[in-house]
Amino acid sequence: MAREQVLQTDHSLPDVERTFLDRLAYASRFLLRDRSGIIGWFVFLIVVFAAIFSHQLSPYDPLDQNLRNSKLPPAWTMEGSWDHPFGTDSLGRDIFSRIIYGARVSLTISFFGVLMAGGIGLMMGTFSGYFGGRVDNVIMGAVNLILSLPYLLFVVFIAAILGRSLLNVVLIFGITDAPIFARVARGEVLRIRELGYVESAISSGARWGRIIFDHILPNLIGPIITLATFEMSAMIFYEAGLGFLGLSVPPTIPSWGNMLSIGRQYLVNAPWIAAFPGLAIMFTSLGMNLLGDWLRDVLDPRLRRARK
Amino acid sequence: MQRQFLSRLIQSLFLLFGVLLLVFIMVRMTGDPARLMLPREATDAEVEAFRDAMGFNRPIPVQFWGFLTKAIQGDFGKSLHYKIPAMELVLGRLPATLQLASVGLLYALLIAIPLGIIGGFHPGSLVDSFGRLVALLGQSIPNFWLAMMMIVLFAVKLHWFPSFGRDEWKSMIMPAFVLGLPTMSRIIRLTRSSVLEIRSEDFIRTAYSKGLDPRVIYVKHVLRNVLIPLVSVIGVSFGYMLGGSIYIEAIFAWPGIGQLIEQAIGWRDFPLVQAIAVFVSVVVILLNLLTDMAYGIIDPRIRYGERTSTSN
Repeated sequence: MAREQVLQTDHSLPDVERTFLDRLAYASRFLLRDRSGIIGWFVFLIVVFAAIFSHQLSPYDPLDQNLRNSKLPPAWTMEGSWDHPFGTDSLGRDIFSRIIYGARVSLTISFFGVLMAGGIGLMMGTFSGYFGGRVDNVIMGAVNLILSLPYLLFVVFIAAILGRSLLNVVLIFGITDAPIFARVARGEVLRIRELGYVESAISSGARWGRIIFDHILPNLIGPIITLATFEMSAMIFYEAGLGFLGLSVPPTIPSWGNMLSIGRQYLVNAPWIAAFPGLAIMFTSLGMNLLGDWLRDVLDPRLRRARK
Repeated sequence: MQRQFLSRLIQSLFLLFGVLLLVFIMVRMTGDPARLMLPREATDAEVEAFRDAMGFNRPIPVQFWGFLTKAIQGDFGKSLHYKIPAMELVLGRLPATLQLASVGLLYALLIAIPLGIIGGFHPGSLVDSFGRLVALLGQSIPNFWLAMMMIVLFAVKLHWFPSFGRDEWKSMIMPAFVLGLPTMSRIIRLTRSSVLEIRSEDFIRTAYSKGLDPRVIYVKHVLRNVLIPLVSVIGVSFGYMLGGSIYIEAIFAWPGIGQLIEQAIGWRDFPLVQAIAVFVSVVVILLNLLTDMAYGIIDPRIRYGERTSTSN
C-alpha cells in the first residue's frame, strides 16, 4: 500500500493528485521550519488536554466552597501554600481547579459557537456566491447589516435580554458570528466558480447540488478552518467579556469570564483572583492565533509569500 | 461619484431600518417585555399596569409603527431608572466616550503606522520583530483584563495614575491605552502586510528601474497605496472602540456611554439599553458612510467605479 502511494506521487504532477500522507508529510515538514507553529500546536493541545481531562487533572472540585480558606494567595507568596497553587477565590474555591474546568467551558462554548457559525455562514456564503443575483442580494444584505453593527454592544444587548445560560451564549455567538464565515465563503466560491473544472462540470450537465458538494465545498475547507481557529480564539474573548459584565453562563459554571467578574470585585485585596483567568485566556488565545497563522500558511499557499 | 454616494446613502437608511427592526424584535418578541423591564419581584398587577402604560398589549405592527416613528425623532421613552428621556442621557454621556475613543485611536495610529511601515520595508529586522510581538500580544491579551492588572500595579501599588474617574489628564492615560491596544495590533498587521504586498507590485519595480530616488518611491508610490486600506480600517476601528468601550469605561468608571450601558443592564433599564444600542449603531453606520466617501476621494479607481465593494 505504502509503496503504491510512493509510486503514485512520483509520477504525478506537483499539487495535483496528492495523497493524504503526502499532505501530512508536507505539513509536518512545514511545521518543523516554523517555530511559532510548533508553539501554537503545543499550547492548543495543552488546553484541549486540560479541557478533556479536567476531572482527573484538578485537585479539587471547582465548586467546593470553603469560607475559612477564602482569598488565599498563590503558593509562591508568603502566605500561600501548595495546597492551592493559584490560591483561592472569595468563596474559598480552588482557582487552579477552576482554571482547568474553565478551559472545558471556554472550549465548549467556542467549539460549538464556531461549529454553528461556520455551518450557517458556509451555507449562506455558498448559496450567495454560487447563485448570485437576488439570492446574493438578500443574503449579503443581512450579512452586511450584522457586520455593520457595533458587534460587542449587540452581543451584550442580546445577552442581557435572553438571560444567562450556556445554550444562549452558544446561540448568540453562533448566530452573530455567522456573517464573517458567510463573507469569506462567498468570496472563495466566487473565485472557484470561475475555474475551468467547475465550468466543465456544469457543461457536462452536473446538477448544482453535486457541483457545490463535490467541487466547491472541498476547496473551502482550508480558508474556513483557518478562520474557525481565529474565531474560536475571538469567542473565548467574547465569553470573558460577557462573563465580566455578569452576562455569560450562570455563576455556578466555572467559566473564565465568570472568574474575572468575581476577581473584579476583589481587585485591590486579592488581585490573583482576576489575574489567573486572564492569563489562561491570554495563553489560549496566543496559542490559537499562532496556530491560525500557521494553518493559513499551510492551507493557503497563495498567502505564504506575503508573510516573510 | 454622486450616484454612488446616493446609493450608499439609501443603503445606510436600509441599515438603520434593519437596526430598529432588530432591536424591536429582540426586546418585544423573545419573551415578555414587561417582565424583562420590571424587577424580578414585581407582582402580576404591577406587570399588568406597566404593560398598559407602555402599550405592550397593542398589536405588534401598531407597536412597531409607534416605535419606528418615535425612534426617528430620537424618542426612546424615559429611562426607568433616571425617569428622564433616555436619549438625553445618552447625549450627555457622548463627549466623554468620544474623547476616550479619539485619544485611544490617535495614539494607536501614531505607534502602529510607523511600526507597520518599518516592518513592511525591513521584514525580519529588529523593529519588525518588535512590531510583530506587539501585534501578537495586543491580539491575545484581553484588554479589559490588562486594564484591571494595570490598576493593581499603577494605581494601587505605585500611585502613578488614578484608578477611576475623569478628573485630570492623568486619568485618561490608562483607559485610552488599553482601549487602543487591539486596534493598534490590528493596524500594525495591516500596514505591514500591505507594505509588503505593494512593494512587490510591478509599478514599484518599474519605478526602481527608472532610477527613481528610493525615498520618492517610498513616499509617493508605496505609502500612498498603503493609505487606502488604512482609511477603511480606521473607520471600522473607531466604531469598534465605541462598542468595546463598555468594558474599559466600566472598569475605570469613565462617565461615558459604555459605563451607562453597564449600569443600565444592571438596573434592567431596557428603554435606556435600547436607546444606546440604536444610537451607537447610528454613529457606526454614519462612520461607515464617511469612510466609504473618504475612500472614493483617496482612491480614483473606486471613484470611476472599477471596484464597487470597499468594505473590509
